[in-house]
Amino acid sequence: MSAWFGDIYRTLFKIELAVMFQYRAAVVIWLIGLVLQPVIYLVVWLTVAETEGGRVGDFDAGSLSAYFLIMMVVNHATFSWHMWEMGYRVRSGSFNSLLVQPLHPFHRDIIQNMAYKVLSLAIVLPVTALLWWFFEPTLTPEPWMWIALGPAVALAFLVRFFFEWSLALLAFWITDTSGLNNLYMALFFFLAGRMAPISLLPSWGQAIANALPFRLMLAFPVELLMGRLTPEQVMDGFLTQILWIGLGWLTVHLVWTRASARYSAVGA
Amino acid sequence: MRLLRLFLIYLRIGLLYELQYRANFWIQMGKSIMNLVVALAGVAVIYEHTTNLNGWVPAELVVLLGIFVLMTGVLGVVVRPSMEKLIEDVRDGNLDFTLTKPEDAQVLVSVSQVRVWQLIDVVLGPIVSIAAMLHLGRQVDLQQMGIFAITLLAGTAILYSFWLILATISFWFIRIENIFMIFHSLYDAARWPVTIYPGWLQAALTFLVPVTFAVTVPAEALIGRLTHDYLMLTIGLAVALLVISRLFWRVGLRQYAGASA
Repeated sequence: MSAWFGDIYRTLFKIELAVMFQYRAAVVIWLIGLVLQPVIYLVVWLTVAETEGGRVGDFDAGSLSAYFLIMMVVNHATFSWHMWEMGYRVRSGSFNSLLVQPLHPFHRDIIQNMAYKVLSLAIVLPVTALLWWFFEPTLTPEPWMWIALGPAVALAFLVRFFFEWSLALLAFWITDTSGLNNLYMALFFFLAGRMAPISLLPSWGQAIANALPFRLMLAFPVELLMGRLTPEQVMDGFLTQILWIGLGWLTVHLVWTRASARYSAVGA
Repeated sequence: MRLLRLFLIYLRIGLLYELQYRANFWIQMGKSIMNLVVALAGVAVIYEHTTNLNGWVPAELVVLLGIFVLMTGVLGVVVRPSMEKLIEDVRDGNLDFTLTKPEDAQVLVSVSQVRVWQLIDVVLGPIVSIAAMLHLGRQVDLQQMGIFAITLLAGTAILYSFWLILATISFWFIRIENIFMIFHSLYDAARWPVTIYPGWLQAALTFLVPVTFAVTVPAEALIGRLTHDYLMLTIGLAVALLVISRLFWRVGLRQYAGASA
């Protein structure tokens, strides 16, 4: 069973990679958005730090740069776009071809996501290096933080993927999900640490961010690598991440059967 | 004035079309208000930590935000939908129909689509700016209003030219539907005063400068901080970009083969 699964993953990965390679320009264009936004907010916060005598909250120029550049990479590693696509798939009937395959569409999306990440890494890494050189961040992680980073990012990806895929499934009930997606993006923008490090939010904002899964999708690995978390807090984060993944898996599992039962293929 | 007449005709068609989908008004209203709330919340988080961002106090930044929303609306009513249509038409060959019409094709493609519900942003933006100006208690005299109007026009011309240049790229590379992503990400930078971006970043993202200019300069005009030099620079930039985008259009059009024939 697992060998069969591995074969499927490997083959589909090759296919998706070839497809992505066809649209190299599109891959690059998406990246511009991913890179530019963190840089804009880094510059805004650097300006704040400068007017406030070099510090803002518990950050100085070097650590702000480190935060936003690492966040940029983690965001790239964990983001997905399937919630924007699902509505189109349902409306246009292009979901049909996925449904007849003997594989949960969830896997196909994960593979597609991985193919995109692998291909775009070829650009993300040099761009990050260049920005690193420009902004001169200060970062002194201990070895255990590097080791913990891998699982933290992988789990963050899964938390985010399950959450966004559950959100995507709403497209089976609501025709136009773009409003809902925008609302999610707005919450994510503040509560996941994209707009600012969470410790710079007002205290009630921090409380909300800590209660919801958003922080674990993005800010958690960044804070980990920056040495802002104790080993206990990191373990805590891992456990909460796994908890959210379990919850996400359950949601996808329960909603999926209902969603696919509702689906009436258009254009068949 | 032919341009204006053409625009009014297309506006009427667009209005008639969209009046069929009245629920979209509320959807757009919801989106516009949410975008505004997000932007204001962002400003609020920043000013939790400082009282002035590179010389901009909170109310002044909200004035700028209002201009940003206004410009978003102006682009959203006609420029963005028309340019997206242009990119689509180049791909599927429907541009043939436009080219055979006895009117300048650039004018036609520039006003071909009108999204009236986007006018919500055109109304919402000035409300935000006026409220912030009242809060500042700043007087605006007639001359300043005149300069403000000029900078708004110049800003619109800059943004329009920028869009047109991006869209004409489709003459060379057919599949670029998501090129508007570039515009979105760059335009996002315009929420903040252009002066905060360090020189090397402005140089690295030369595209960023005109786009941010288009929003920052009208806001400065309204606040009364715009210098004569910057005013001239903005007008010059607008004229230059209009000419360059026209050139892009003319050269690009030669590449067009007409896929439908």
